[in-house]
Amino acid sequence: MSVEKINKDFQDLFVQGKELLYNGVNDLMNEKREIAFNRFIEGGIPDKKNENYKNTDLSKIYERDYNVVLNYHRQDVDLNDVFTCDVPNLDTHLVLTTNGWYYARNHELSGLPDGVIVCSLQEASIKHKDLFEKHYGKYTISDNGVTDLNTAFAQDGYFIYVPENVILEKTIQIVNLMRANADLMSFQRNLIIIGKNSQAKFMVCDHALSSVNFLSNNLTEICAEENAVVDYYQLQSQTLKCSLVDSVFVNQEKNSNVLNHTVTLYGGLIRNNIFTKLSGENAENHTYGMYLTDSVQHVDNYTYIDHASAKCFSKENFKGVLDDKSTVGFTGRIEVRPDSQQTEAYQNNNNLLISDDAKVFTKPQLVIDADDVKCSHGATVGQIDEDALFYLRSRGIGAKEARMMMVFAFTNEIIGKIRIEPIRERVAQLVEKRLRGEDSHCDACKLQCNK
Amino acid sequence: MAKDEDEIIENVTDGEYKYGFVTDVTTETIGKGLNEDVVRLISKIKKEPEWMLEFRLKAFRHWLTLEVPTWAYLDLPKIDFQDVIYYAAPKVNEDKSWDDVDPEIKDTFNKLGIPLEEQMALSGIAVDAVMDSISVKTTFKDTLAEKGIIFCSFSEAVLNHPDLVQKYLGSVVSYRDNFYAALNSAVFSDGSFCYIPKGVRCPMELSTYFRINAAESGQFERTLLIADDDAYVSYLEGCTAPQRDENQLHAAIVEIIAKDNAEVKYSTVQNWYPGNKKGEGGIYNFVTKRGLCEGFNSRITWTQVETGSAITWKYPSTILKGDNSSSEFYSVAVTNNYQQADTGSKMIHIGNNTKSTIVSKGISAGHSSNAYRGLVKVAKKCKGARNFSQCDSLLLGDKCGAHTFPGLDVQNPTAIVEHEATTSKIGEDQLFYCNQRGISTEDAIGLIVNGYAKEVINKMPMEFAVEAQKLLQISLEGSVG
Amino acid sequence: MLEIKDLHAKVGDKEILKGVNLVVKPGEVHAIMGPNGAGKSTLSSVLAGREVFDVTKGEVHFQGKDLLALPAEDRAREGVFMSFQYPVEIPGVNTVNFLKTAVNEHRKYKGLEPLAAGAFLKLMREKQALVEMDAKLMNRSVNEGFSGGEKKKNEIFQMAMLEPKLSILDETDSGLDIDALRIVSQGVNTLKTPETSTIVITHYQRLLDYIVPDVVHVLYDGRIVKTAGRELVAELEEKGYDWIKKELEEH
Ligand SMILES: Nc1ncnc2c1ncn2[C@@H]1O[C@H](COP(=O)(O)OP(=O)(O)OP(=O)(O)O)[C@@H](O)[C@H]1O
Ligand SMILES: [Mg+2]
Repeated sequence: MSVEKINKDFQDLFVQGKELLYNGVNDLMNEKREIAFNRFIEGGIPDKKNENYKNTDLSKIYERDYNVVLNYHRQDVDLNDVFTCDVPNLDTHLVLTTNGWYYARNHELSGLPDGVIVCSLQEASIKHKDLFEKHYGKYTISDNGVTDLNTAFAQDGYFIYVPENVILEKTIQIVNLMRANADLMSFQRNLIIIGKNSQAKFMVCDHALSSVNFLSNNLTEICAEENAVVDYYQLQSQTLKCSLVDSVFVNQEKNSNVLNHTVTLYGGLIRNNIFTKLSGENAENHTYGMYLTDSVQHVDNYTYIDHASAKCFSKENFKGVLDDKSTVGFTGRIEVRPDSQQTEAYQNNNNLLISDDAKVFTKPQLVIDADDVKCSHGATVGQIDEDALFYLRSRGIGAKEARMMMVFAFTNEIIGKIRIEPIRERVAQLVEKRLRGEDSHCDACKLQCNK
Repeated sequence: MAKDEDEIIENVTDGEYKYGFVTDVTTETIGKGLNEDVVRLISKIKKEPEWMLEFRLKAFRHWLTLEVPTWAYLDLPKIDFQDVIYYAAPKVNEDKSWDDVDPEIKDTFNKLGIPLEEQMALSGIAVDAVMDSISVKTTFKDTLAEKGIIFCSFSEAVLNHPDLVQKYLGSVVSYRDNFYAALNSAVFSDGSFCYIPKGVRCPMELSTYFRINAAESGQFERTLLIADDDAYVSYLEGCTAPQRDENQLHAAIVEIIAKDNAEVKYSTVQNWYPGNKKGEGGIYNFVTKRGLCEGFNSRITWTQVETGSAITWKYPSTILKGDNSSSEFYSVAVTNNYQQADTGSKMIHIGNNTKSTIVSKGISAGHSSNAYRGLVKVAKKCKGARNFSQCDSLLLGDKCGAHTFPGLDVQNPTAIVEHEATTSKIGEDQLFYCNQRGISTEDAIGLIVNGYAKEVINKMPMEFAVEAQKLLQISLEGSVG
Repeated sequence: MLEIKDLHAKVGDKEILKGVNLVVKPGEVHAIMGPNGAGKSTLSSVLAGREVFDVTKGEVHFQGKDLLALPAEDRAREGVFMSFQYPVEIPGVNTVNFLKTAVNEHRKYKGLEPLAAGAFLKLMREKQALVEMDAKLMNRSVNEGFSGGEKKKNEIFQMAMLEPKLSILDETDSGLDIDALRIVSQGVNTLKTPETSTIVITHYQRLLDYIVPDVVHVLYDGRIVKTAGRELVAELEEKGYDWIKKELEEH
């Protein structure tokens, strides 16, 4: 099927579903919806001509026929009962979403500090209108159809607001669950606002609970106000039948500090778009990612760090291990605007190829228009270091185990960037299991993932 | 940055273009504009055989279907391709007897430091001098012929060595390759041709000197260089143009073929007129350069010092087809005032155990923009490929930009591909260290810039290295020296 | 213990070992000396099972077993330990974890249960003390960022942990300061038993003053060209290798 046909289908869907799409949310959201849709009609989904989508052919996943749910569908079981993704030694606030919607039977979160809001995006758009309108859609860049598609079709997701001067001790854990009887396409839109001098930590897990084909287009906007500290961890653990196009837009004000950490354990096709804008001076950003691919998986990470203000610091490191026939893309763009003096920006992408048929395309980019900068990037594609391997073997460690240790060591650097110990340990465990070829899905998941 | 330091940098980066004079010589031109008749006319003026015209026409028809590429990091003004003169030739006698050449032309090349009288010529360098659309003189032709080496203008090659030209023309850079390659293939007027036979080490440096003289004309030359089995040649290319207010178009093609165990070194000092301080005038330089390491253990080395042109769009590349073949790319690109450069290299690894190295140094000053763009590709069946790329950018002043766009496309797990890039300004600590040893800040900047570029300049043949170093000084240093 | 017969090895097309013969009995200490590039490290690497070197001819028996038939890890488990001239840095692999794996693999090979965490830590502390190894280094990645001397100490510390039967020490003295040299040598001596053997590769007498050899060999151009008692060390220290080269030419 051609890109034209896909674009046409979306147009029809929009027109036919208009009433449902516009239902239950605030006017501003619908205004933006309309604008985004019109822009989408012009541009359509990005095809291979789009420089930023050279590595990922979205038409392959969009050409399938999916169901689209334009209103909330009840699940026939209580997801709270069947799904407990607990991290040992970590007490979290748990929020579930299903197929792009805020789960209606989420338990009330107890013990949240005063003023903290955790609710559905729909609810926020009406109940917290001012707050919502101040931030919604402000941080997205619509330079490709993916963003517009989300703004045009997304109806719900989660909304989190932490007011000024609040330190949220507990991590908020968000589990995005995909569960359906037939192939399903979903759109989810999230908004996170962390007020001045506040701190919050998020752990987002993407899981699929059914073995049908899923295609999710998720978009999260995160605003870290002055002096805010935000940890945003994402663990992508889906099935080969899942396609995920996930965009995160981060805006950082003065002195804020954001850690954005994405681990891709499994999935069919995953495209991550991570846009970070350092809007205020002295902002610090850390963006890390790791991908483990095998079979025919495809993972493509696109990152864009915009140094829009002086004296900011950014560090970025993506590492991946590629097995079987999997393919990987990485594009990392660092932009330093003309007046952003005293910028420090570092970027690295390292790939380990462990099979004959895996492929990688990596494209780091530096666009620098200020002179008082320290910027560097590096990219490597290689294999396990034979000298190190021999050293391990000469100490009696078997070849297979030695190889494992080396691969695990390669990923260790990224795991080590996780600032919360229980999460770090948990991720290390999952990664090791994944590398050993054991099922990497959370042990706690009692559901039908592998049936 | 401290105020006085700003001033110093401004002084340092304030050099004047030295080759901006115009030669007063009768020039034969055809009217502006491009259509099939113009293509036919060029072919006719050059008395070309039918197959050559066919090639041009195919290229022209293909060109009509193409659009100007926009992916480069260049602020490209709209070029009216119908407002360009596609053929301009200084009057030279048919048989090109040296005595009959207009003294003005001789004088021009003398002024450029390229004496064309053999007794005066730089020893050990054979030169093909190209002014506007034609080759005016090739030196040492006979000496080379003794070894079986063919070194002549492209037009002569088309007439005298049609088999070789027909076999290799377009074999590395097809007219379908890109917009400017198609344009060049349709209208190219002259250039150099070189063939080194089996087992021959070319005893002297070969060199082509390109000079644009005529106003409003474009220059479209082509170089075709073939090194047969076990052959060796070192080839130099230099370019200048007069200072004019309007922009002039230059779109060239270089094709290199290296057979088994052959080695080709290709060095360029590009110093087309860069435009004035306000960014007016200057050459638009769109060049497609590509080498094919066809044979086992063959080797192609690109070395370039790019200081000229208002706009540079150029990516010397190598296709490493033969097993064990290798290629290097060493580049220094300097941009100043309002110059823009988008340049870099592609290394395509196809043969087993192929190696490539890319070392690129960008220096930006004034309001200029300097981008490195590269691609290292390892094909699926290619075993044991190795690449290392290092791209550094140095910023002098806070109004300029340095950009890096490499790409690594690896389809075979036995490859080791590494890329590193840094961007920085001259460190205060380095300057202080020099000051502490009694070196003025001006001198220190000069020293550091030269040191920065040295790794590349050292790869050039001696005579050129000196030239290149001088050029760096002129284009950046002005008062320093 | 170890019997090397007419061992030839090459890397690529380059022949490096050109017929090495050597017999080491239990309890013996052998020193191998020789000019740079003679093939000393190559010999140790070949014994340890490094695959870049092709053995083209010859046999090696270790405690009656065909050593060359075993993969590197099994040679280690059989009791061959090589202290690297240039220990490899392995970023990301934690030293403790690395050691624990190595020790337990050795144990598994012998049919023993893995060591419990407590017992392992105790063993580690004990052996650390032996070579006065800085415990802080244990929390880092294997050899990563270690100083030259720290790396060498770490080699001997690993040797202590693994209790090999045959230790090949390739220029263990280089990089060690005067005190460290003494401590490390004493460590090696403490670990010695009448059943274990040592091959010491070195350029200098200073190490052999501590680890006293029973036999001294000179390896030159891929062959052992001279074998004598410990008095040879002093002679070499004084006269260098030229006289041996001359002697060879005369033959
Ligand atoms: N992987 C290799 N590839 C090519 N040549 C090698 C390789 N390893 C060793 N060699 C060469 O083999 C020869 C012997 O090297 P070796 O390291 O065994 O010497 P050595 O006796 O240990 O010297 P030193 O006293 O300097 O440590 C040298 O010429 C060396 O360059
Ligand atoms: Mg050695």
